[in-house]
Formats: sequence, C-alpha cells, structure tokens
Amino acid sequence: MLNESLKEHLIESLKKNVRYDGRKLTEFRPVVVEYDISKSAEGSARVKIGDTEVLAGVKLSVEKPYPDTPEHGSLVVGVELLPLSSPEFEAGPPSIDAIEIARVVDRGIREAKAIDTKQLCIVIGEKIWTVCIDICTINDAGNLLDAAGLAALAALQNARFPFYDGTGIDYKTKTDKKLPLTKLPIGVTVFKIGNKHLVDPLVDEQFVYDARLTVSTTPDGKLCALQKGGDKPLSLEEIEQMIDLAIEKAHELREHLQDEDN
Amino acid sequence: MSYTKRLDGRKSFEETRPISAKAGVIPRAHGSAMFTIGKTVAYAAVYGPRELHPKFLQNPKTGILRCHYNMMPFSGSGERVRPGPSRRSREISLVTEKALAPVLDLSDYPNAVVDVFIEFPQTDAGSRCAGICAASIALADAGLPMMDLVAAVSVGRVDDKIVVDLDYNEEAYEGGPVADTPVAILPSTEEFTLLQMDGEISKEDLIKALRLGQKAVKKIIEAQRQALKEKYVGEEADDAGNGE
Repeated sequence: MLNESLKEHLIESLKKNVRYDGRKLTEFRPVVVEYDISKSAEGSARVKIGDTEVLAGVKLSVEKPYPDTPEHGSLVVGVELLPLSSPEFEAGPPSIDAIEIARVVDRGIREAKAIDTKQLCIVIGEKIWTVCIDICTINDAGNLLDAAGLAALAALQNARFPFYDGTGIDYKTKTDKKLPLTKLPIGVTVFKIGNKHLVDPLVDEQFVYDARLTVSTTPDGKLCALQKGGDKPLSLEEIEQMIDLAIEKAHELREHLQDEDN
Repeated sequence: MSYTKRLDGRKSFEETRPISAKAGVIPRAHGSAMFTIGKTVAYAAVYGPRELHPKFLQNPKTGILRCHYNMMPFSGSGERVRPGPSRRSREISLVTEKALAPVLDLSDYPNAVVDVFIEFPQTDAGSRCAGICAASIALADAGLPMMDLVAAVSVGRVDDKIVVDLDYNEEAYEGGPVADTPVAILPSTEEFTLLQMDGEISKEDLIKALRLGQKAVKKIIEAQRQALKEKYVGEEADDAGNGE
C-alpha cells in the first residue's frame, strides 16, 4: 500500500505525463516471450513485461463433453497469484483478483473462438479434449493481466498433443500435432488516472487508478471481450479513446508472438 | 539381472544430473533463487522477517521459519496437478522447514515469520531436494543470519547399484528393487537435516548411499556459493563502475 503523500505525488506527476521509470504514458516496458519453458506441460511460455514475469502451461486431457456441447472440446483457464511473486499475495484459495484475471483471459480466448473446439471432439457425446491453461506469477511488477493473457496465447501456440491410443494418454510421448488455433485475441488494459490514460502500469500506479478497461481484440481489429474495473465511471468519449489505444497496443504486443501458419 | 548403465546416459552412478543455480531472480522478494538439476526446476522466494498472522502462532522468543512447497499445475510428468495444498505438498513443506531451520538463527526477530515459497514449473524427481537447495540460496540472498548453506540430493539404490540423484525413470525402474533416499546435508559438519526413504535397502547399503550423498553435495554447495558470488560480486563491480 502507498501512503497518502506518495499517492498525491504520483498523481501530480502523472498529470505532467511523468512516470517513475521515464516512460511515456502509452508506452509498454520491454516485452519478452519465451516458448517451451516447461517440458512437463504440453505447451508452455514465459512472458516478461519489464520486471513482471509470468509462466503459462497447457495440460491436455480427455474428458466427457458437457451435455449442452457434445461436439466441442472445452477450455479451462486458471490463474495462481503465487505468494512467491509479491509480498501482497497470500497462500490459500484463489483471491478475487486471480479469479478476475482468469475470467478475463478465458473470455478473450473463448469469445474470439481462438481454439476451434469442434476439432477437439474425439467421439461425439463421449470423449473430447480439454485444454487447461494455468498461469502462474513469478514476479509482480504490475500489469499481470496483460502479461497473463499474452502468456496464455504463447502457451497455446507451443502446445503439442500427447500420444493417445483411444483409451489412455501417454504424456511422455508428444506428437507433432498442434492445437487447432484460429484468431488469437490480445488483451490490453488501459488505465485512467485523473484525466490521463496509460498502459502497462507499475504496481504503485495500480494503487491510484480511477478506472481501467481491458479490451481484447482479434488480428482484424474486432473486439471480443471487455472488462471495466475500478471505482470511477467512464464517459463514452473515454471508452472510445481507451479502445483505440488498446487496439494500437495490441498490434505491438502481437509482434512478440510467433507467426501462425494459418 | 543387474543395473549396468544409467538410463539417462550418465557416465557414473555417483554423478548428479547437470546443475545450475542463480540468485536474485524475483525482484519483489527479499531473497530469491532458481535451482535446476536435470529437468527439475525450482524457484524459491523469501519474504520476511515480517509480522506473523494469525497472532497465536507468534513466538515471543524467536522468529519462525515457514516453508511452502508447491507444484505448478502443469509441472507434473502426467496429468495436471490440482492447484492448492495436498497432503503430499504439506508434508514436504514440513520436512523442508526442518531441513533448513538448523542453519537459521531467528532469535533477533521475536513474533516474526520468515516465509519461504518454493515453486516448480517442471519436475523430474528430486523436487524436494531441488527446492531445499533453492531455498537455501534464497535465504542467504535475503541476508538472514545463517550458520551454513544447506545442500540436498537424493541417493539410494537401483537394483544392485548405489546411486546418486535418481531421475523419474530410475525411481520407476522395474528390473529390480529401488530405494529413494532424499537427504539434506550441512556442508561444514556433514550432518543430515533431511532424511527420508522409501523402497527397499539393507542397512549397509543405506550407509554407503549416505556417504555418497555427503560426497555429492560438495558439487551442489559449490554451485550454490557460485550463484551468490555471481550476484554480489557482480553488484560490487557495478557500484565501482558508477564511481560510488
């Protein structure tokens, strides 16, 4: 937590477009995406945004489909805000912050139809592949939400099906078959502090924001998921500006992902 | 039948898998480290000394050490590991605490706790030992008063051979009996602070295996010391460069 005078100082500085680390308000810290960081997972990735670091891993399993979608595979997204990664995170069941990040990342992927879930069906009504993406934080230096979303996508790109003979999965044997991915949604969160909009906040900046808007967009610039957060309202004009900024930044972030063949 | 050659191609039964260690990998933590042995990768972060909650756990005479061992959901060799504590992870947390506590003196920090969080993105046997190695570097990185580092490795037997640092395939060896004995050792006195065993082994072979462990940890200690030196000697060099 920040004391009141530090908060005031931070807000006053932002009014003059000055950030602790010298960045422009609309500038991301350096982004690094690393693939295949866990041999235990079917797919994995590490994303660093400045000092923020998250790992994502994909596990695949064969399950019974939900009764209302007998021809579709399923997707589960989990986020662990590990107490290893920040003095503010505690051990125990997922906090509401972890749940929100997981839900927002999940919605982006689900609503963009990033995974062609029909191709995950093995036997209609009987057997489908379930894609489990788990995101674990290593160091929280702000903007975990955008880092988590990017890591989830990179882990999906990196995933290869394990060998499956119709009855059991041999996790030790990976095939070269990739997940059926289509349009990958990039989520960017725009923060409003006073009358300023900024992206990629530091931890301290996250203590003083008035409102935030996470915008997930597909490569063709269509919106697929939104989430407003924070205590203050947003005007229509602000929403429009924030979406424009998020789309612009999404293009930049997308550059860090490997090109998809399709 | 006899176990003649190590399954992963290691030349000797006394050889560990490749080791690497790095200190200070988690900037938000007071101390942190990464320790890799073969395909097992451990992160450790230290927070504290800080106030201990709930209050009834506080000890007015000394600070206490609390360890948390956790596997990331995608870090198992088979199915997804369900997040959250299990009976297994809680027991390993307990023995990890006991393995590390003897080198720490927290009497200057009454009512406080030092939390050690140990996490694995990838495992291939030997995770509790890798976790202890990482935690020991992280505690030193946090600047806590320590009598010594702690190094850990698993020893044991695969069929007729006494071996060091079993990997998953050796633990699961089906050609003969196996014993897996994770140990943690204080390098200055060669005393044991972690000792567990499962499998089947004679007393004579166990003693032989423990002696091999004492030998094997020398290399591990070297890697741990090197990781700390790299961080702090590096920082000194930077300061000099800045003309401070």
